Amino acid sequence: MTLPVFFGCAFVAFGPALALFLLTVAAEPLRIIILIAGAFFWLVSLLLSSLAWFVAARAGDARDEALQRGLLVGGVVLSVLLQEAFRFLYYKLLRKAIEGLVALSEDGCCPISIQQMAYVAGLGFGLMSGAFSMINLLADSLGPGTVGIYGDSQLYFLTSAFMTLVMIFLHIFWGIVFFHGCETRQWWEVAAVVITHLIVSGLVSCSHLTFWNPLYLGSLLPSYLLMAAAAVWAYVLSGGSKQNLHHFLLCLRSGTTPPPGS
Amino acid sequence: MLCEGIGGEKEAEAAGKMAAVEEEEEMGSSCSWRMRGVAVVLLRGLLLCALVAGSGWCNSVERKIYIPLNRTASCVRLMNATHQIGCQSSMNGDTGVIHVVEKPEDVQWVLTDGPHPPYIVLLDGELFTRDLMDQLKESSRISGVAVAIAKPSPVKGFSPASKCPNDGFGVYSSDYGPQYAHCNNMEWNPLGNGLFYEDFSFPIFLLQDENETEVIKQCYQTYNLPRNGSVPQYPLCAMQLFSHMHAVTSTVTCMRRTSLQSTFSINPEVICDPLSDYNVWSTLKPVNVSTKLNSTEKVVMVATRIDSHSMFWNVAPGAESAVASFVTHLAAAEAIHKAPNVQSLPKNIMFTFFQGESFDYIGSSRMAYDMQKNKFPIRLENIEYFLELSQLAPTNPSVFWMHTDPLSQRNLSDQINTMLVALKNSTAGTGVEVREISSSQALPPSSFQRFLRLKEIPGVVLADHNTSFQNKYYQSIYDTSENILLNYPEWLSPEEALDHVTETAKSLAEVATVVARALYQLAGGSGSTTAIQADPKTVTRMLYGFLVRTNNSWFQSIIKADLKGILENEPPPYYIAVSKPVNATYLVHYVLANLTGTVANLTKENCLSSDGDLYEYAWVQGPQDPNSTSSRLPFCVRSAVHLSSAISPAFELREWGSTQYSTWTESRWKELHARIFLVASKQLEIITLIVGIVILIISFIATYFINAKADVLFATPQDSGAVAY
Repeated sequence: MTLPVFFGCAFVAFGPALALFLLTVAAEPLRIIILIAGAFFWLVSLLLSSLAWFVAARAGDARDEALQRGLLVGGVVLSVLLQEAFRFLYYKLLRKAIEGLVALSEDGCCPISIQQMAYVAGLGFGLMSGAFSMINLLADSLGPGTVGIYGDSQLYFLTSAFMTLVMIFLHIFWGIVFFHGCETRQWWEVAAVVITHLIVSGLVSCSHLTFWNPLYLGSLLPSYLLMAAAAVWAYVLSGGSKQNLHHFLLCLRSGTTPPPGS
Repeated sequence: MLCEGIGGEKEAEAAGKMAAVEEEEEMGSSCSWRMRGVAVVLLRGLLLCALVAGSGWCNSVERKIYIPLNRTASCVRLMNATHQIGCQSSMNGDTGVIHVVEKPEDVQWVLTDGPHPPYIVLLDGELFTRDLMDQLKESSRISGVAVAIAKPSPVKGFSPASKCPNDGFGVYSSDYGPQYAHCNNMEWNPLGNGLFYEDFSFPIFLLQDENETEVIKQCYQTYNLPRNGSVPQYPLCAMQLFSHMHAVTSTVTCMRRTSLQSTFSINPEVICDPLSDYNVWSTLKPVNVSTKLNSTEKVVMVATRIDSHSMFWNVAPGAESAVASFVTHLAAAEAIHKAPNVQSLPKNIMFTFFQGESFDYIGSSRMAYDMQKNKFPIRLENIEYFLELSQLAPTNPSVFWMHTDPLSQRNLSDQINTMLVALKNSTAGTGVEVREISSSQALPPSSFQRFLRLKEIPGVVLADHNTSFQNKYYQSIYDTSENILLNYPEWLSPEEALDHVTETAKSLAEVATVVARALYQLAGGSGSTTAIQADPKTVTRMLYGFLVRTNNSWFQSIIKADLKGILENEPPPYYIAVSKPVNATYLVHYVLANLTGTVANLTKENCLSSDGDLYEYAWVQGPQDPNSTSSRLPFCVRSAVHLSSAISPAFELREWGSTQYSTWTESRWKELHARIFLVASKQLEIITLIVGIVILIISFIATYFINAKADVLFATPQDSGAVAY
């Protein structure tokens, strides 16, 4: 009955990710492998954090609301830390993989750069976390009802989809910044990623009490601002500059390729 | 309904959840990331299971959208040889915008004016009438009806049964008293609107909980109420009713389909089940159930029905139509058993409690059939007199009516007169008066008619009505304890109320006394009958147990320990159903055993192993041990109480199109539930879709250009072209 809502939300949440996957990842087997491995690492981190939360929630008194709330907040923090820890582990793994790839390749040059890896790995993280936050919702969007009988916003499905979108993008940019930080041993970059991740998760879970629940305009706007900042930073870190952007826009307009600026 | 009964609900729900999980997973994997599908499936399943077990917020999104209605009852589909009756929804439930109809004028909005069809009508109990339902039935703008139970019960009366109950299955037909057939002589249930026998193409639910009704009305007022002429705007409050039925057309069709499947399928899917249960019977002097009674031995048969129904599945309070009379019957049985020297009476007395009588006499037709075919220890020839207790609500003044068959009066006038005299004589000293009805009046709908069909037996039907039924709520949801004026002072605790002798109990006990004395005389007792006295205290306990709460200390003490789960803080439904025996049958069985049986001094092992042909032994829980709080004092009860099958002979004979025997079957279904939620406007849905498509297109274009010009975009002065992004 509400197929339009299902497809609308699915496109909003996963449209950009789908485009990125099809146009930039799908063509190269190595990238697909990195993407899937990234998704897997995110899943393992979620498994661990949910196990921890499960045990803690069971151990504590189920009727004690303050305690449960505290556990949930602790669970969010733990989950973020675990995700970032697994990002680091994944970085370490990829670092090792590069050595192997270089050894294998004929020209002694790695077939994929660390920045590319960062991007693909980030996309993998983002896709998996996006899938987790959206699937429940998408399933329910097929039913006849819409959110709101308890006074929630009508735009719940749409805002949730946009929130998922921003999470996917943020994971990509965090991946790039994080890997860059690790690569250049600028640990403050890594720290910045962890902190922004905490902030965004906090925004999401403060507006409601669950990880992947309801995100209204209040948390959407700061998240998008953060995403924009992260995008700029990631762009700069991966070799972008104002000049390049200018050239890019120019060549878009003229349709020809100007010589790379120097 | 066997498979998804109350107990099965949890599992069904769990199974449903698992299915939902799988569905979600499928969606995830079909969205083009096939490779990850397997990992997603495994891990997601694992995690969700952990989360579900963890705290119950398994699907918080669903909980944000839907409010389930937990205290509802649904109208379901029943079938007989030729028709289907009842209601059903489509496979995935019927959804409609809620409209509350509290005044007859309100219905105009759903039928013509309202701009958001289809509607689900929340009908005030008072308006649940034939006229209104006919209007709704004709409209294509209705997707369902929810009926709020009226409190107090409608003054005008309400009966969804037909005006001529069990028409065509009684004794009167074109061959026997054609002038009485089809209630030509007397419309027994003039208030009957026949709604129960209608076939509705939309679901109808009963809202049993006033709080839930209030929640729905609140939702309606907030979202759907047309304010000063303007049309209400989306989002609107809607309701979804699930009651999809598996069977269609008629018993003939569905039984054929079911039996067809069972012949070649290992796992046949049953689509309908015959309504069936057990009759409860016992005799004053024990009868060997494995042999047949000698034809010289005579039996006085007393009978009542123990079932009722309403429009809604498993809601059948039946206070006046069943409970008051079988309680009287039980009390009379006790009174006779306690009388001195009854074991030496020349004739035996048989106490019979028929199940399924409201569905074309299932129980009595089966017993009469068995008797005729010599499959029952007692044969039709053994029956000397037949006394039936029909509806017996206390009346003021206490006048009851002795109905007789005008046709058999010709041949059997002596015996019938004996019965009438016995009954009249028995009233001496009680406040009860029994009167004869006019000799040209037919028998009211009664089990006796099924025996009369096979053999002319002298019989009397004792009832509280002279002409048409006194019961204003025959076979309806309102035939509750209030209908027989059963009131308890509010300050009484449940245990005090159990022993509080009500006026109703007193007056029914008097009727029971009359019945017991009459039976004593009919059985050939010549002594004084003044000692035979029904105990008002037993009657009041029974009324409390059968009409207020079964979970009381008395019922607890008289049933087997493994049946204690059937006791609840509410009365049992008296619907015959398809699972057997139903709780009501169990309760009648054990109450009868307790009232007419004796305590056998046996150990538990001996008690359990000594069941025989003459007696039935039951190891019952016993009363609470006064010295300890948790333990009980169980004991062994020996009684002559037996169960006999109450499944229509039509199913035994596989004559599913029978016009002689009841052919009622109940369809199977998967789920019966209702929920409310908001529905969004089509515009919002389309906007969502458009936003999605726009974002999809933009992202493809942007990604394409960024990817194509990556070398420009990410070129660094130091390291030109080496970095792709």
